[in-house]
Amino acid sequence: MTRLMRAGLAALMLAPALILAPALAWAGEGEGMPQLNFANPLTGSQVVWLAIIFAIFYVLLSRVSLPQVAQVLEQRSATIAGDLEAARGAKEQADLAVQELNLATRKAHADAQAAIAGAVAEAKAEAARHAVELNRKLEAQLAAAEQQITAARGTAMAALRDVATETASAMVQRLASVAAPRETVDRAVGAVLAGRG
Amino acid sequence: MAAEKSTIDALGQFHLDTGLGAIGRSVNFANSNIMMVVAAALVLLALHYGMRRRAVVPGRLQALAEIGYQFIHDMCVEQIGEEGKRFFPFVFALFFFILIGNLIGLFPYFFTFTSHIAVTAALAVLVIVLVTAVALRIHGLHFFSYFWPEGAPVVLAPLIVPIEIISYISRPVSLSIRLFANMTAGHVMFEVFATFMLMLVGALGAFGYVLALGPLVINVALMGFEVLVAFLQAYVFAVLTCIYLHDAVHLH
Repeated sequence: MTRLMRAGLAALMLAPALILAPALAWAGEGEGMPQLNFANPLTGSQVVWLAIIFAIFYVLLSRVSLPQVAQVLEQRSATIAGDLEAARGAKEQADLAVQELNLATRKAHADAQAAIAGAVAEAKAEAARHAVELNRKLEAQLAAAEQQITAARGTAMAALRDVATETASAMVQRLASVAAPRETVDRAVGAVLAGRG
Repeated sequence: MAAEKSTIDALGQFHLDTGLGAIGRSVNFANSNIMMVVAAALVLLALHYGMRRRAVVPGRLQALAEIGYQFIHDMCVEQIGEEGKRFFPFVFALFFFILIGNLIGLFPYFFTFTSHIAVTAALAVLVIVLVTAVALRIHGLHFFSYFWPEGAPVVLAPLIVPIEIISYISRPVSLSIRLFANMTAGHVMFEVFATFMLMLVGALGAFGYVLALGPLVINVALMGFEVLVAFLQAYVFAVLTCIYLHDAVHLH
């Protein structure tokens, strides 16, 4: 890269040299180039003054002017770095707050979910309890009713025998005009009833 | 034709004279030295007034000063490396001294001190002395291995070493001639075309005024070109100084 640059620079140097050649030839008639007129004491003395001026220029630049610029540039980069740092801190805080908020939201959500689930479960349990109670009550009523029916049936059945015996006695009385002994009739009725089941 | 030719005084503009009246005459203070003082003062004043407000958000002059600072600083660090920061003030002084010298030389009646080979040679010698001193200080006698490319066959030593030494010595020569030739050629061309205009008017009268537009246009274009050259040559001088300093710091 630098080699290429140097070659390019050497080429750059050629152009003015080409222009300069006829100019030098032209000037050959007169005093020649003032630049090469070393008979003029100013040609040398200007270099001495150049040394003095350049030295003062260099010292003033390196001691006063350039540190001033460097200071301002440093100050600016420090300010920018400080501002960036502050912004980063603020962003961190904001991120933290957002995280906290998210956490709280999630927690509230979970709490609400749990409360709903609890309420539902409770309601279900209540409903189940109600159903069980109702069932029991109904079963008890059913049992009572069945008992009553059974009792009624028993009494009815017991009465049936008496009625049958009486009816049979009455029918024997009427048909045979004989009063059948009660035990015989009863036994007969019992046998018939037993035969029917 | 021969009489006309002698009226073109293309080189008179480079004639050294004493400046600052009797005091200047007594200490041989040349007109070129006045322009050196002006160039140095312009740079220092621009930096001083630019940085006076020390604003975080810079104004125009401060931005100019900071851009100049950053430009040379980056160039030093890029070309030389981290050690380049030590040479930054020197390269900065060199670049802006030459740049402002080139630019103010473009104003009519202003002397162009960079068109004097004695001045450019002095600056080039300053650079090469500094470079050699830096190399000797950092590497001691090992510096002389610079004239011996690594891995070259020993048989070629009588050929390579003189070539390397000549190439080293030709650095200040090319540095000084490049700047001097560029500035002198530009100003000679200005003078030639400007004189040509006067000659046309003098010889052809009213018609000459019309024809003189040609050299005028050329001079306007040339002015644009010369502004470019002023920047380019200052940049080339500074960049080559940085490259030589890089060689001095790192050897090869």
